[in-house]
Amino acid sequence: MSAFSVEDVSIAFGGLKALQNISFAVEPGEIFAIIGPNGAGKTTLFNVVSGLYRPTQGRFFVNGADVTGLPPHALAARGLSRTFQNLQVFTRMSAIDNIMVGRHLHERHGVLPHLFALPAVRRQNRATRAKAMELLALVGMMDFAERQADGLAYGQLKRLEIARALATEPKVLLLDEPAAGCNAVETRDIDNVIQKVAASGVSVVLVEHDMRLVMKISHRIHVLDGGRTLAEGTSDAIRNDPAVIAAYLGGAVRGGDAHASG
Amino acid sequence: MPEFLQFLASGLTVGAIYALVALGFTLIYNASDVINFAQGEFVMLGGMVTVFATAAGVPLPLAALIAIVATVLVGLALHRFAIAPARGASAVTLIIITIGASILLRGLAAVIFDKRFHSLPPIAGNKPLLVGGAAILPQSIIVLAATAVIVVLLWALMTRTLIGKALLATAANRLAARLVGIDTGRMVGLSFVVSAAIGAIGGILVTPITLTSYDVGTLLALKGFAAAMLGGMGSPLGAVLGGLIVGLLEAFGAGYVSSAYKDAIAFLVILDVLFVMPHGLFGRAGVERV
Amino acid sequence: MVAALQTRAGVMLLAVIILLLPLVLPSPFYFRIATLVFIFALAVLGLNLLMGFAGQVSLGHAGFFGIGAYAVAVGPTHWGIPSWAALILGAVAAGLLAFLVGRPILRLRGHYLAVATLGMGLLIAMVLTNEAQLTGGPDGMPVPRLDLFGWRVRGAMPWYWVSGVTLAIAAWLAANLLDSPTGRALRAIHDSETAASVLGIDLARYKLTAFVLSAVYGAIAGAYLALFDGLVTPATAGFLRSIEFVSMAVLGGLGSILGSVVGATLLVVLPQALTVFHDYEHIVLGLIMIVFMVFLRAGIVPSLAALAVRRKP
Repeated sequence: MSAFSVEDVSIAFGGLKALQNISFAVEPGEIFAIIGPNGAGKTTLFNVVSGLYRPTQGRFFVNGADVTGLPPHALAARGLSRTFQNLQVFTRMSAIDNIMVGRHLHERHGVLPHLFALPAVRRQNRATRAKAMELLALVGMMDFAERQADGLAYGQLKRLEIARALATEPKVLLLDEPAAGCNAVETRDIDNVIQKVAASGVSVVLVEHDMRLVMKISHRIHVLDGGRTLAEGTSDAIRNDPAVIAAYLGGAVRGGDAHASG
Repeated sequence: MPEFLQFLASGLTVGAIYALVALGFTLIYNASDVINFAQGEFVMLGGMVTVFATAAGVPLPLAALIAIVATVLVGLALHRFAIAPARGASAVTLIIITIGASILLRGLAAVIFDKRFHSLPPIAGNKPLLVGGAAILPQSIIVLAATAVIVVLLWALMTRTLIGKALLATAANRLAARLVGIDTGRMVGLSFVVSAAIGAIGGILVTPITLTSYDVGTLLALKGFAAAMLGGMGSPLGAVLGGLIVGLLEAFGAGYVSSAYKDAIAFLVILDVLFVMPHGLFGRAGVERV
Repeated sequence: MVAALQTRAGVMLLAVIILLLPLVLPSPFYFRIATLVFIFALAVLGLNLLMGFAGQVSLGHAGFFGIGAYAVAVGPTHWGIPSWAALILGAVAAGLLAFLVGRPILRLRGHYLAVATLGMGLLIAMVLTNEAQLTGGPDGMPVPRLDLFGWRVRGAMPWYWVSGVTLAIAAWLAANLLDSPTGRALRAIHDSETAASVLGIDLARYKLTAFVLSAVYGAIAGAYLALFDGLVTPATAGFLRSIEFVSMAVLGGLGSILGSVVGATLLVVLPQALTVFHDYEHIVLGLIMIVFMVFLRAGIVPSLAALAVRRKP
């Protein structure tokens, strides 16, 4: 049984068909990349499977259970977590508080005990904080724990989001361009983290433009173009797929021509 | 039937004033994202300045002109000294500034004028027209006609003139507007001018029917805001229809259900509409991009 | 951690001030003012849980304040319920009402939420005005004095301590909440609803929690004011009162517990101080609100705190 599978998912906004009949399945511990030109529908796909948009057609499954149509917080409870391409950090909270929010699903929720700060709540706070510190260490941000998030650098925010998503202890982790805007060192750090996470059994679904990163760490690659599946396979297979080459290189050449003539 | 027509007439008259207030909210909101709770004070100023100018012997048309100019100056001052310096502040901060301005203007009106109720002579006399058994004041017809004229003029300003298009561009996308060379700060100022003028005209026209005093602005702002939200914030058409609907709901609610609960009826309907259409009747829903 | 420590320090400071203030207050008049400040601060603190923590606007909060106030007026007068029990019933009723209307209302966002809460507040005020056989109508009704197991709480001094201790407890509870999973969830919702929801936070549930809590805070404050004044009128629950609460919360600083107290102090003390200006009172009040908001945009306490931090090397 796959950890995460998408079956025949389509979504349309008005008349615009943003995704058409997308299907794939990701195994536990696998790093599965989704690539494609801008506007191919990668982020839309993430928004559908994290419950932000409702698909017009199709279903998706976590560990074999149909989770289509569940609200985002219920999907998170089923073991699905994600990061955002254009960052959704809690800017007015410190780095460590951001990650502590990610521990929400693993904490006990009673408003009355919280109001009176019962010993159990304080114990739990300490445990949550310790776990959050571990995650900060994992992404190399121990020194910035108390820094308010709006004072952090872009690359740090990217890593903060990954750590926050990991705090939920997901079975499936969706990463939307984790290395975008990061320098070579940061990118290497991030790719180490991703590989470590996958090695622990988490299925990682990755949207990324940095082809070197994708080719290096992905087990399989799924190529989207114009909302449709173009190809799927190992990095070697994708690298040599004529349709993919046409979409990427051809697209670039066509675009260049159009530019020159216009 | 006469009863129905009577309620219809009074509902449309009051609704037209709400529509003008809602339109004022919408114009300023579109240009600047500011909810201007001093909008009701523009209506108050229009009425009060006219009342005191005529009492000082100025002929009515000139008094009305003075009132409009005075209100526009107040609107400009509000923008120049309270809104512009706080540019970039959060929405609630700006709202509190306009609430402060509303308290300030009310206080000024109480000191400069007085705290009594005042009226103005109706423009077309006091003799009601009998339509289908209902007595309709000529002033009501003037209010409705003037509202219609204002809406048409505003529409023409927005779609037919360069300055209107600049205002629309500012509303649609401030950064893009600035990039193509529109002075967005001046556009915001302009929206205050137009809103103040619209409010003042409404105040002058409605005073013969509903009377005016230094503190009529609060209730008008509240109703106008509700009307704008019912229509869908940012939609001028929604603002006008929202205003008329709130006015009609009040009039029919008071007539057929209970005059004590007329506001309750209007707000119950608004709440119901928002539960079904969370962005009002004509508001943009839009998909959140993440 | 740092934020939590600052908040706790603020609560301690507040407790110390409440404890020591009587040493410097010269007359019962000043105790009366201080009591009013505490009562309003209690309501504003509740509103701040909703607006400052969870980021949800309410322009109808005086409705809950009014429910609390009328509970201690109507309960003992018409049904023979002891005042203290009526106070608790009022708080429960306000919480229950918030629970029932909160779910549909809190689905709305921003200005639409503002108008919906405004409508809710108006409806409550209208019921209080129009059900005259119970509430005395527009003129209001007298409120029997609070009798706590033989101790008749009346006059400025006893009320200073009752309201002061309550405020300190309420601030302590709010500080606890802030430093708990619930508080973190609320602050997360304020910053990004999308991110909060994909981390497993049930937005509707937490917004509702904040709404109910703030309603209970408001109702208790309203009951205190009614018992302290010995009189309630529909203005207690009116639109202007709601606006006053929001102004206090924003002036003092959204999200700051101490800010709620500072905001309430400013808008309770200022009108008292400004009475020397007679007719110019509103002009000065309006000007002060504008000037404070233009120069201290984040509210008095957070803006000054930020200034202080920046000055330190």
